[in-house]
Amino acid sequence: MTDLDTRPTAVQFRFRDDEMADHGTVTFDACCEQTNATAVRIEPGDDARALLPFLDRLALIEVNFPVFGDGRGYSSARLLREAGYTGELRAVGDVGIDQLLNMRRCGFDAFAPAEPLDESDAQAAFNRWPNVYQNTADGRRMITQLRHD
Amino acid sequence: MYKYDNYDQQMVDTRVEEFRDQAKRRLEGKITEDQFKPLRLMNGLYLQLHAYMLRVAIPYGTLNGAQMHALADIADKYDRGYGHFTTRQNIQYNWIKLEEAGDLLADLAKVEMHAIQTSGNCIRNISSDHFAGAARDELVDPRPYAELLRQWSSFHPEFMYLPRKFKIAVIAAETDRAAMRLHDIGIQIVKNDSGEIGASFYVGGGMGRTPMIAPQIRDFVPLDQLVTYAEACLRVYNRYGRRDNKYKARIKILVHEMGAEEYTRQVEEEFAHMLGQGVEPPLAEIERLRPYFADPAFVDGPKTCDHSDPDFALWVDRNTNAHKHDSYVSAVISLKPVGGIPGDATAEQMHLMADLAKEYSFDELRVMHTQNIVLPHVAISDLHALWTKLEAAGLGSPNLDTIEDIIACPGLDYCSLANARSIPLAQKISERFAASGKTGELGQLKLKISGCINACGHHHAGHIGILGVDKKGVENYQLSLGGSEAEDVALAKITGRGFDEAGVINAVETVTDVYLGAREDGERFLDTYRRIGMTPFKEALYD
Repeated sequence: MTDLDTRPTAVQFRFRDDEMADHGTVTFDACCEQTNATAVRIEPGDDARALLPFLDRLALIEVNFPVFGDGRGYSSARLLREAGYTGELRAVGDVGIDQLLNMRRCGFDAFAPAEPLDESDAQAAFNRWPNVYQNTADGRRMITQLRHD
Repeated sequence: MYKYDNYDQQMVDTRVEEFRDQAKRRLEGKITEDQFKPLRLMNGLYLQLHAYMLRVAIPYGTLNGAQMHALADIADKYDRGYGHFTTRQNIQYNWIKLEEAGDLLADLAKVEMHAIQTSGNCIRNISSDHFAGAARDELVDPRPYAELLRQWSSFHPEFMYLPRKFKIAVIAAETDRAAMRLHDIGIQIVKNDSGEIGASFYVGGGMGRTPMIAPQIRDFVPLDQLVTYAEACLRVYNRYGRRDNKYKARIKILVHEMGAEEYTRQVEEEFAHMLGQGVEPPLAEIERLRPYFADPAFVDGPKTCDHSDPDFALWVDRNTNAHKHDSYVSAVISLKPVGGIPGDATAEQMHLMADLAKEYSFDELRVMHTQNIVLPHVAISDLHALWTKLEAAGLGSPNLDTIEDIIACPGLDYCSLANARSIPLAQKISERFAASGKTGELGQLKLKISGCINACGHHHAGHIGILGVDKKGVENYQLSLGGSEAEDVALAKITGRGFDEAGVINAVETVTDVYLGAREDGERFLDTYRRIGMTPFKEALYD
């Protein structure tokens, strides 16, 4: 089986305090068949809901973005968080400055861009929006709620 | 109408900063043109044949005088003194410089406007009934719901990279003035048997190269679940819409290939799950929004006016719509002068329309999807004064819903996708019928022209539709008949082989002559076509 192992050093931004999982990441198919895998990578066409029975044993789910214009990974991320997944959710692949915050809002808490990003541009992007119009996985309350506090 | 609070203002201001930052990073070479393109598109910036085009959002087509003045100022400051009102109730400018786009967006933000998501594979500006809040036949004003959806869809993090663009329309009358069932999601606000207000959902309509009429997938969604249901519709599309072929990526193809029943089943499953996720704004938010759209202070007055001037009487007859207050009407300012460019307005005309709105319509205007402007609340006693001023400015054409009221896309004169010119054709057809004097006799006749199969000119929905194609390097026009975007929605059928420009103008006249010869009492062109079918038209055209 191909070991997809994303090197921990490839992770450029991480919003977690726990230790980074340091073990091989398997494919979606392998994960569904192999009962002891603890890290998996899913592709845009994989059905994230099929991972729900295994969430307890998974410490890392990588969601691959082969091209940034394919937005299926955003739905995968929210589905996993909505199902209660609390492990690391890592965006890998074609991840740019202008995708970071939307990914963060959908529940990603680690980012391994294929091309390293400018640190200060990235920090600006993560912090740009003081408020949001939607409730998603980042726990921020939406404007339509704040108005009625 | 809606007024931004500090939150809304902060969102558009932040967007301006974000865009300036993106443009700067592009200029510094930190992002490639491929990476920048979707970002500028999500701010309404297209690269067209000659220059950048910028599309400004006019949410559900409603704007006030100050905003119309600002649109005029932008036309003067950043463009060539005019703008083009579009079939999605927006305005676009054709001669924009990329380096000035940030300043333009900042000017817009000062009057609570923006260009957010007016292009790109995301949820576009929400459109609605142009007579909303005024029409006698509406159940409620649909705009509070459209505004709720505007906020929800703005910067939605899950849906910025959909398979394709996504258009939503909201109406609240049985008469459909927004082409609701030709949208990706069409929402009709309805009342159920228990007297409760809710939303009926139609999903998977659209024009383009594969036109489809949206099937109803849910007859009643309670108001406190409206956003959640829309979110479920979008999530199923984002996950399963086709991404292998951009021409098959719209939701209509997914619904068609999956089947409306299976799509609905998946939406319902997602919806049931999402109800527990807290995505719905509190019901208090809808209660907050409603008063913004409350009736202005109508005053009882005369319910009729002097019709002795025949030109004025004609304009009143054609260009006004019944109002819920019987001392008022909604008055349509035609942007279709004979021989003019459909939907274009000069900065001067925009300033005048803004002034007239202030004087005669409680400072409110609407953009129609048919590329005209509405003054929604005009006292019947003011109509003559209003008409006199419109006439003097060349804005008094009495041709609403007639064959001169043509929808036309920008076509090959501007658009990089077009195969043929639309504008000159529209100009010549309106000139032909104005000269022959048949416009009035023909009654309601919706003619729509697209310069390529992407169908921005809505030709599939025209009583008469014209599609421009490229035939071995020569512009060629296909004629179609029998479409409708209204509550009697239907897709037009092609008559047969195409025509050159002069030929298609003659062909339009031929089919109108067939109608005049065959019509029975009270029948519109569309009614006659439906009764007698295509054959008599074909025979007249090709035999």
